[in-house]
Amino acid sequence: MTNEEFLQKATEIRRDIVKMIAEAQSGHPGGSLSIADILTVLYFDEMQIDPQNPKNENRDRFVLSKGHAAPALYATLAEKNFFPKAELLKLRKFGALLQGHPDMKHIPGVDMSTGSLGQGISAANGMALAGKLDKKNYRVYVICGDGEIQEGEVLEAAMTAAHYKLDNLTLFVDHNGLQIDGTNEEVMTVNPVADKFRAFGWNVFTINGHDFDEIKGALKIARGAKGKPTAIIAETIKGKGVSFMENEVGWHGKALNAEQLQIALKELEGVVA
Amino acid sequence: MAMATRAAYGKVLAEEIYKNPRVVVLDADLGAATQTKNFKKVAPERYFDMGISEQDMVATAAGFATCGKIPIASSFAVFAAGRAFEQARNSICYPNLNVKICATHAGITVGEDGASHQSIEDISLMRTLPNMTVIVPSDAKEAREAVKAAVEHVGPVYVRLGRAAVEDIHGEDYKFELGKGEILREGSDIGIIATGIMVEKALVAAERLAEEKISARVVNIHTIKPIDENLIVETAKRTGKIITVEEHSVIGGLGSAVAEVLAKNFPTPQKFLGIQDRFGQSGTPAALLKEYGLTVEDIINATE
Repeated sequence: MTNEEFLQKATEIRRDIVKMIAEAQSGHPGGSLSIADILTVLYFDEMQIDPQNPKNENRDRFVLSKGHAAPALYATLAEKNFFPKAELLKLRKFGALLQGHPDMKHIPGVDMSTGSLGQGISAANGMALAGKLDKKNYRVYVICGDGEIQEGEVLEAAMTAAHYKLDNLTLFVDHNGLQIDGTNEEVMTVNPVADKFRAFGWNVFTINGHDFDEIKGALKIARGAKGKPTAIIAETIKGKGVSFMENEVGWHGKALNAEQLQIALKELEGVVA
Repeated sequence: MAMATRAAYGKVLAEEIYKNPRVVVLDADLGAATQTKNFKKVAPERYFDMGISEQDMVATAAGFATCGKIPIASSFAVFAAGRAFEQARNSICYPNLNVKICATHAGITVGEDGASHQSIEDISLMRTLPNMTVIVPSDAKEAREAVKAAVEHVGPVYVRLGRAAVEDIHGEDYKFELGKGEILREGSDIGIIATGIMVEKALVAAERLAEEKISARVVNIHTIKPIDENLIVETAKRTGKIITVEEHSVIGGLGSAVAEVLAKNFPTPQKFLGIQDRFGQSGTPAALLKEYGLTVEDIINATE
């Protein structure tokens, strides 16, 4: 895919994110918009997956450890035809397929139920260990938040992935610098994020999480790495693509009203044109 | 003969369970104590020491299960069910993954290590989780069969095992049936419903009661969830009086589970033997069982 095509996909995903959250009048737009470009490259370029056979045992796996960014994952899965787009507008509604946080038991394409921060990397490690044990070639991808690193289990899992040399595992840290109560620095300092993972024995590099070439390049290096898991620290903008949401801590878990939605959709049209 | 249920667990892992190639065993630096080291000897490639990190261990087990493995995660009950409770909830039970948590050193008979290591709330914690099955074996033979049944069952299972040796009450031909209680002694004056290491004491108490012309039915509830409602109600109807006995807090454990069944179906006077809303302490298992009211004499006295 060309970068223009990636941008079209990512913009379509962003449009779906704001639409579904506005329709639900509930959800987490900021951290969903910040990972849309990473998800686009993973699902439309990197991962070996088949929407017709979502449980194929040889498929690549994806764990959204920051489960509150579910709208981004759902929009991506729908764009990839795992389920009809009509489901997106039923997000968070009673009886709907799309629960507030990812539910692997019911949603095609969701490989792990998440939502409680800190547990996704451990689960991804289990998948990567199983793959090694079975001598399978699938790869495991996981995205965690930067605030999420404050959960101690993330550091336990970081130790495990390095100890077991899980070079079939790639972690993206969505480093947008914001969390619910403020900036990471105000709430609980997480920096230097790259040094933390490097100290634990990971293969680490930092990229612009909105630059498709950098995302693709990082994934290519991760695929070639031997004996170490890879952590890609993705510098991102929370709320990316919608001007009034960008770098605004208040848009962590707030729904757009009808007027805001129209402005957001108009801005997101402009990106592609 | 007497053997700890954790020892029986270690033996069955190394003698039978390892033959299932889907089984992987995880431990959090307690393999010598939980006895999972026996599995490591026969299947080292499927044994994963996770270090002292129970939360990571339990969520990693969940990831293994999504790939078709049957992970068995072990640690002391206070850590496996307590510290990693929320991982068991959100990463195992919510997605209904096929993980077995085999927790050892449950209850006050941990002994000298004291209150910090004596789990008296794990049955309560685990049985409140949707999709979770909870088993508390009473002796070595039952532990062996329970672990096999747990591995055969598809879905999350918590198996509660003890540190101290317990007398054998089941023969070699014992057939364990998940979810079915067991009448170990027939009687009509009082129903003693016990679980885990208290089952053997309930049997001794019933023998002594017989000498006083009191006929006690002794029921072993090895599966706390799903619980054998029919047998509990039938026991209440037959005897009219129930005593529950467990090496666990009386809040939320076997006694509570039995009371829930009876309150709905056949309200019956019940005495709750167990730990009365307090922490354990250091001491020998025998001294602690006496202090916390869990001896044969305590069971006999409760019938009065």
